[in-house]
Amino acid sequence: MSKYLVNLKINNIPVTVEEGTTILDAAKKLNFSIPTLCYHEDLSVAGNCRVCLVEVSGARNLAASCATPVSEGMEVFTNSKNVRTSRKHVVELLLSEHNADCTKCFKNGHCELQDLASAYRIGDHVFIDLVKPKDKVIDISSPSICKDDSKCIRCQRCVRTCAELQAVSALAVCHKGDHQRISTFLGKPMHEVVCTNCGQCINRCPTGALTERSYIEEVWEAINDLGKHVVVQTAPAVRVALGEDLGMELGTRVTGKMVSALRHVGFDSVLDTDFTADLTILEEGNELLRRLKKVLVDKDETVALPMFTSCSPGWIKYIEHMFSEQLPNLSTCKSPQQMFGALAKTYYAQRKNINPKNMVVVSIMPCTAKKFESGRPEMRDSGYQDVDYVLTTRELAMMIKQAGIDFSKLDEDGYDTIMGDSTGAAVIFGSTGGVMEAALRTVYEVVTGREVPFTNLNIVPVRGMEGVKEARIMLKDVKPDFSYLEGVEVSVAIAHGLSNAKKIMEAVRDGKATYHFVEVMACPGGCLGGGGQPIPTSPDIRKKRAEAIYSEDEGLIRRKSHENPEVLQIYKEFLIEPLGHKSHDLLHTHYKPRKRY
Amino acid sequence: METNVLKKVDIIFDITDCDYLKILDRCMSKTQDEVILDIIDSGLKGRGGAGFPTGLKWKFTKNEDSDVKYVICNADEGEPGTFKDREILDRVPEKVFTGMAICGYAIGAKEGYIYLRGEYNFLKKNLQAKIDLFNKQTIEKNFDFTIFLRSGSGAYICGEESALFESMEGFRGEPRNKPPYPTIAGYNWKPTVINNVETLVYVSMICNLGPDKFKELGTKDSRGSKVFSVSGDTPNAGIYEIELGMPLEQFVDAFGDGDTKAVQVGGASGHCVPRKNFNDTIIGFEGIPTGGSMMIFNSSRSMYNVLHDYLEFFTEESCGQCTPCRVGCQQLLKGIEAVKKGDRKPSYLEELKKLALTMKSAAKCGLGQSVANPFNSIIDNFREEIIY
Ligand SMILES: Cc1cc2nc3c(=O)[nH]c(=O)nc-3n(C[C@H](O)[C@H](O)[C@H](O)COP(=O)(O)O)c2cc1C
Ligand code: SF4
Ligand code: SF4
Ligand code: SF4
Ligand code: SF4
Ligand code: FES
Repeated sequence: MSKYLVNLKINNIPVTVEEGTTILDAAKKLNFSIPTLCYHEDLSVAGNCRVCLVEVSGARNLAASCATPVSEGMEVFTNSKNVRTSRKHVVELLLSEHNADCTKCFKNGHCELQDLASAYRIGDHVFIDLVKPKDKVIDISSPSICKDDSKCIRCQRCVRTCAELQAVSALAVCHKGDHQRISTFLGKPMHEVVCTNCGQCINRCPTGALTERSYIEEVWEAINDLGKHVVVQTAPAVRVALGEDLGMELGTRVTGKMVSALRHVGFDSVLDTDFTADLTILEEGNELLRRLKKVLVDKDETVALPMFTSCSPGWIKYIEHMFSEQLPNLSTCKSPQQMFGALAKTYYAQRKNINPKNMVVVSIMPCTAKKFESGRPEMRDSGYQDVDYVLTTRELAMMIKQAGIDFSKLDEDGYDTIMGDSTGAAVIFGSTGGVMEAALRTVYEVVTGREVPFTNLNIVPVRGMEGVKEARIMLKDVKPDFSYLEGVEVSVAIAHGLSNAKKIMEAVRDGKATYHFVEVMACPGGCLGGGGQPIPTSPDIRKKRAEAIYSEDEGLIRRKSHENPEVLQIYKEFLIEPLGHKSHDLLHTHYKPRKRY
Repeated sequence: METNVLKKVDIIFDITDCDYLKILDRCMSKTQDEVILDIIDSGLKGRGGAGFPTGLKWKFTKNEDSDVKYVICNADEGEPGTFKDREILDRVPEKVFTGMAICGYAIGAKEGYIYLRGEYNFLKKNLQAKIDLFNKQTIEKNFDFTIFLRSGSGAYICGEESALFESMEGFRGEPRNKPPYPTIAGYNWKPTVINNVETLVYVSMICNLGPDKFKELGTKDSRGSKVFSVSGDTPNAGIYEIELGMPLEQFVDAFGDGDTKAVQVGGASGHCVPRKNFNDTIIGFEGIPTGGSMMIFNSSRSMYNVLHDYLEFFTEESCGQCTPCRVGCQQLLKGIEAVKKGDRKPSYLEELKKLALTMKSAAKCGLGQSVANPFNSIIDNFREEIIY
């Protein structure tokens, strides 16, 4: 249905937009910027903060431009006297119930409220301070998320994020009036509720009310401790986003500069999670083949299909809480971060002659859930905590700034060996569909001896930002070992964002979908949109990061996990074979159900 | 301005000559548009507070193209000082049902809901029995309209129409953005007419006796009569049906205790009228519109305490979602306390009045928008009492 066009004037300038457009978007078209706080491109419209007010001629009240559609002949003023007075009042009111100790705040310099306060030069605190002492008690019970109610402006972005994007609703609005606040179920500490630690709420919180638990100081401490060998690993999605926090253009790939910066910061070994991403493909691909064989040949009814990927710890906690009866469908592979940690303190330590007791493994992750994951009891198979500290992309940017490094001027550098090499297949792990694409590139070739039948290895049907994607690939002329797969059409699905995962889970549970393999990433867009990535986030930002990821893949010579020479080497020297004894001990695990509330 | 003398009338509670099944028959012998035209012609305006022309509301809803539409009777009656809807539902519920059924016929809705204030649950049993009977009778008439009863859960804000829909749908009672208005997207986001209990009674009266009869009472802008809940310093507290358009002076003469200092017209969210303005204040949509609450204060009352109570009420009953109302209410309350204690200069009251005006134009719903009514009228008229 084609939409009607609507003519209106904003600040006396005519503009024509489609019906249904909000005043805010119409104003954007004319390059008038209107401040917003509760509005977020990824979320439904709330219209509760009221900073986006504009004056509409003839209307009794000011209109919230984010929530008001245009109408024919409308005359809008975005900067009238009334608008300015009201907007300033709104900001002053927000500050009056806000614990504005910016200098101590993690969000200092990256805060939408601070920006507004600064734009309106609110210095003379007109109103009475309403901050309650009890709100100043910060909830640091979670290893991933800090919740500081004294910094909350009740915009409800987090609530909408958790409900709409993640289908978790760990955070909700409760009470009314002056007692209204954002709360967990019964006000319990964050680590006791259904929160998946995905950090999506952090990415959308305009203030310092929700932030990651920061471990920067602990990491500096380890670096400065000469008795420690500090190993750092970098996740695939970090390299396409880190630049955003360091003054570089959106979508810039900064792999080489990041490696240099990590050396300057003082890490002893700079290695790559991409290495274990490739390794994951070999383990997980073989697990899939083994499951298929058990089902198709052995008719073993205890084997669960579809198999779900297991590299996203937010997703793991979600399935533990919400779909625990389907835990057997989860691949037993640990996430690449945890495979890395377990191997760093065994394989790497042995080869490099480092006492694992003195080794500190730090990961740089686009993710806050990985902070939780690293502390899980399942993740100590090296005999130590496999990964000691997890920093977000944002935290790494802070460390780089603290170290006084001029990032944009750095030379490009390469990773250390023997866990630093990777392929394009590992790089695309950072995007939704990437694990699936990497797995298909390898599995198809293992089974048929031929490359996947897609131009230039690009499996386009599994790419893109639709919430749920499906694809099928026919296995023909297979190698003798895999004769049981001859003529089987492998059916796969991909979901990103837990609300999309929920759709797939329900379909699978209710027998409405028959997939063999399903990739789930907890965050919108996959890891590139992770809860630890630079803020802000939006569909457009995620698209640019995805483009960067796929161009990094295209530019590499090796683009299939099974061609990673270091992976071949580790099987030869240490692991012996995929799903072998050592793999079983170090790289695989099982998860247990959790309560639904 | 056209004014009337105070005239008590007896329409709402009068049950002579009102066989509601006959009223329904009469209605259904007309077309939907004819019924709506009658209501428009009568000049009936909503009795829930906002005073929107009822017939127009129905017309907009009728014109919406939708298989499902709803009629909702707003019986949340949360406004401090109002207790008339309770009385109506207790004494003449069939008139309310009839009004709902007429509306259902006129706009093409098959379901009607009564959203009953949580504190009125003691009415529930009796009301449900009468609803069941009414539903049975409409079925026998082959008229497809069923009434359901829903209990509110005690928040004032759930009387605001869009918060009421959210509450009925099982969500937190938070007002929605408007547009879209209920006539387009109300309960379950379907076209909905929501009317006050009393409005619906006048609907059945208009359909019974014709619009002309209704128009005989009131003024050009305020047709008909209205039920008032009279409370405060009065020997005659209670419920009275009075013709619209009278000057407040006459009301005070009839109901005051001889020492009336001020009248709060329209509940906590209404205006406070001081003695000096009694004579030129008209009770009606051209003067001070009201949901029907009249609180009378005599000279023994501290207007500081009155305002303080109101502000405490709003601070607590704000749903809390929007900044101007959630924080604004607290600032007004703390602000007058600070001025009283001498922590802030009297001139701070001017800052607060400006803030109240911002709340009026910037808050998301009627609650926050109306706090300026009591605040500015009490500050303007009783400034001394606030400061000293
Ligand atoms: C805070 C607030 C509370 C309200 N409470 C009630 C109420 O208890 N009863 C009511 O009929 N209308 C109430 N209203 C008005 C309703 O939103 C709505 O306008 C009314 O039900 C429409 O009916 P009417 O046109 O028949 O007056 C309230 C409005 C606000 C803003
Ligand atoms: S949340 Fe923003 S305004 Fe508040 S203290 Fe932190 S930086 Fe300052
Ligand atoms: S971290 Fe994720 S699951 Fe937890 S509250 Fe935030 S959005 Fe919800
Ligand atoms: S925690 Fe952050 S996102 Fe959530 S309501 Fe508060 S300020 Fe908004
Ligand atoms: S004005 Fe008050 S009651 Fe209305 S939406 Fe805003 S906070 Fe809620
Ligand atoms: S941005 Fe429009 S009301 Fe918050």
